[in-house]
Amino acid sequence: MSDLSPQDAYNFAYLDEQTKRMIRRAILKGIAVPGCQVPFASREMPMPYGWGTGGVQVTAACLVPEDRLKVIDQGADDTTNAVSIRRFFQRTAGVATTGATGEATVIQTRHRIPETPLTEGQILVFQVPIPEPLRFLEPRETETRKMHELEEYGLMHVKLYEDVARHGQIATAYAYPVKVEGRYVMDPSPIPKFDNPKLSGSPAIQLFGAGREQRIYALPPWTGVVSLDFDDHPFETSKAPHDCDLCGAKDSYLDEVITDDQGGRMFVCSDTDYCAGRRARGMKGRLWAPEPEGAA
Amino acid sequence: MYVAVKGGERAIDNAHQWLAEERRGDPSVPELTIPQIREQMRLAVNRVMAEGSLYDPDLAALAIKQARGDLIEAVFLIRAYRTTLPRLAASRPVDTGAMVIDRRISATFKDLPGGQVLGPTFDYTHRLLDFALMAEGGAPAPGAPTTGASPTAHVPHVTGFLNRDGLIEAASPDDTPPPDLTRQPMELPAGRALRLQALARADEGFVLSMAYSTQRGYGRTHAFVGELRIGRVAVEVDIPELGFAVGIGEIELTECETVNQFRGSKTEPPQFTRGYGLVPGQSERKAIAMSLVDRALRWQELGEDFTGAPAQDEEFVLMHCDNIQATGFLEHIKLPHYVDFQAELELVRKLRAEAQAMQEAAE
Repeated sequence: MSDLSPQDAYNFAYLDEQTKRMIRRAILKGIAVPGCQVPFASREMPMPYGWGTGGVQVTAACLVPEDRLKVIDQGADDTTNAVSIRRFFQRTAGVATTGATGEATVIQTRHRIPETPLTEGQILVFQVPIPEPLRFLEPRETETRKMHELEEYGLMHVKLYEDVARHGQIATAYAYPVKVEGRYVMDPSPIPKFDNPKLSGSPAIQLFGAGREQRIYALPPWTGVVSLDFDDHPFETSKAPHDCDLCGAKDSYLDEVITDDQGGRMFVCSDTDYCAGRRARGMKGRLWAPEPEGAA
Repeated sequence: MYVAVKGGERAIDNAHQWLAEERRGDPSVPELTIPQIREQMRLAVNRVMAEGSLYDPDLAALAIKQARGDLIEAVFLIRAYRTTLPRLAASRPVDTGAMVIDRRISATFKDLPGGQVLGPTFDYTHRLLDFALMAEGGAPAPGAPTTGASPTAHVPHVTGFLNRDGLIEAASPDDTPPPDLTRQPMELPAGRALRLQALARADEGFVLSMAYSTQRGYGRTHAFVGELRIGRVAVEVDIPELGFAVGIGEIELTECETVNQFRGSKTEPPQFTRGYGLVPGQSERKAIAMSLVDRALRWQELGEDFTGAPAQDEEFVLMHCDNIQATGFLEHIKLPHYVDFQAELELVRKLRAEAQAMQEAAE
């Protein structure tokens, strides 16, 4: 396959223009009705369903040759699936790529929102496994569509209330449901609830693509997004109560890394670009030591 | 000292290289050719064509070779390829009545016009390993006819005989252009045309199990195989410039029509009802299973009760029958989820700490 020049064999960014047009129409509709899930005729992509095909189709429909693309998975640019998707667009669209959040015009992400605040003109594309926030309360699509139409979200509040009754708090740590501009309840994709506040009032366009489930939804810039909660149990973000051991950041979402079999562990920024940027500016964490010569 | 988890790019390259070696296997054994797979693994090729929704035996054989014999992976390769192909035209509906028959059986009549033709079937073979095949090189004994007895005769459908007496529900012709689930998002409730389309490309194993469940009582439909036929049909395309249809080739199909007992319902009189299955290639297990599931899904139209059986549940069947969707989502849990897992870890730690504090306070 690598012998075949993809630029010749496939259209720019893989999808044909008719398909891109169909996807763009769904995106525009999604932007016009923030938080509303718009059905679209998702295509089989050359990567499996569940591996970001929705995000890839949205990205393909948004890309222009001048774009600079960043792809992250779990906040990192170098996780295998992020590498695979970035390569896909390098091959099929020939666009420039970057790891730097600030330099990217389009960012495709799985499970995180970058720590560096996004700016006007940027597009953040989320990969979404299950777009329906009510799915695990009501498995039938025919029912949940009706619930959205009627703005009937009582079931969700009952679920959250049951959490409080049972655990003393809302026991949802990621994919925490939000309400968009007081209308649609929306699944923010499986980002940790730490990232939820970044959804609201963002200057960037946020697009959500679910390939297997054939849905696209969107948050236009400066959209108000509220995480569901109760007056007496307000929404709280959460992260590991540590600083990053590499860059010392106190405000970033951390991954826990097991370092030995004696219970040793360290905490590092999940956003690799943010962490590397801080270290480049001389900030150091508890365990930071420059990598030895020759290490990859 | 923390060693960063880097090198994804190199790891992927190495994995692909290893995969290529594994695919080839022992280089001292001759490599499989596409014609070998196409001719000798024909039923696998058929399955890949059916579930891949692309009738091209050579490409299906290539996909099987590339996928190391993993048929779902091969179906995936075909699907991803097919979706990039332009739509040049829609063919006319194929006429299975004009099929050149290789096999045609009816379980409901002992004999019938057009005859019973067993064709190349495993049905009455004894499932004993044929060690002679291990020796290789042996050609089958000559003398067996390779095509049907009456290649030109029009073989009428069995259900047509019943229809003449009004004993079976009428299947009135319908020229509404069918929806295309590869070009439009699936919307529910789906009509029968869309259901059949989804079932035709559905996973054989899934459809088989659904059909089997109806036989065991979960949405029982009392099916007989009214007719099962396998053969080749001509594909014709209307050429607007010419004003008439032109044959562009032929494809092999398996068609199954079931005749189902039906005691009548609130809305329908007692009569036999139909289930329908049509699958590219010789895929008779799938065609029979499809016709059973089709019949089970028609409960509403025939005024039957919904008993809660999975095979009656359109949304359940249609949303879970596609093996490419299913395998992708199933296997995606191999991808890193450590951000979500971290969030869960924090939550569980917090809940445990609180539970412990409460317990201690109680003691």
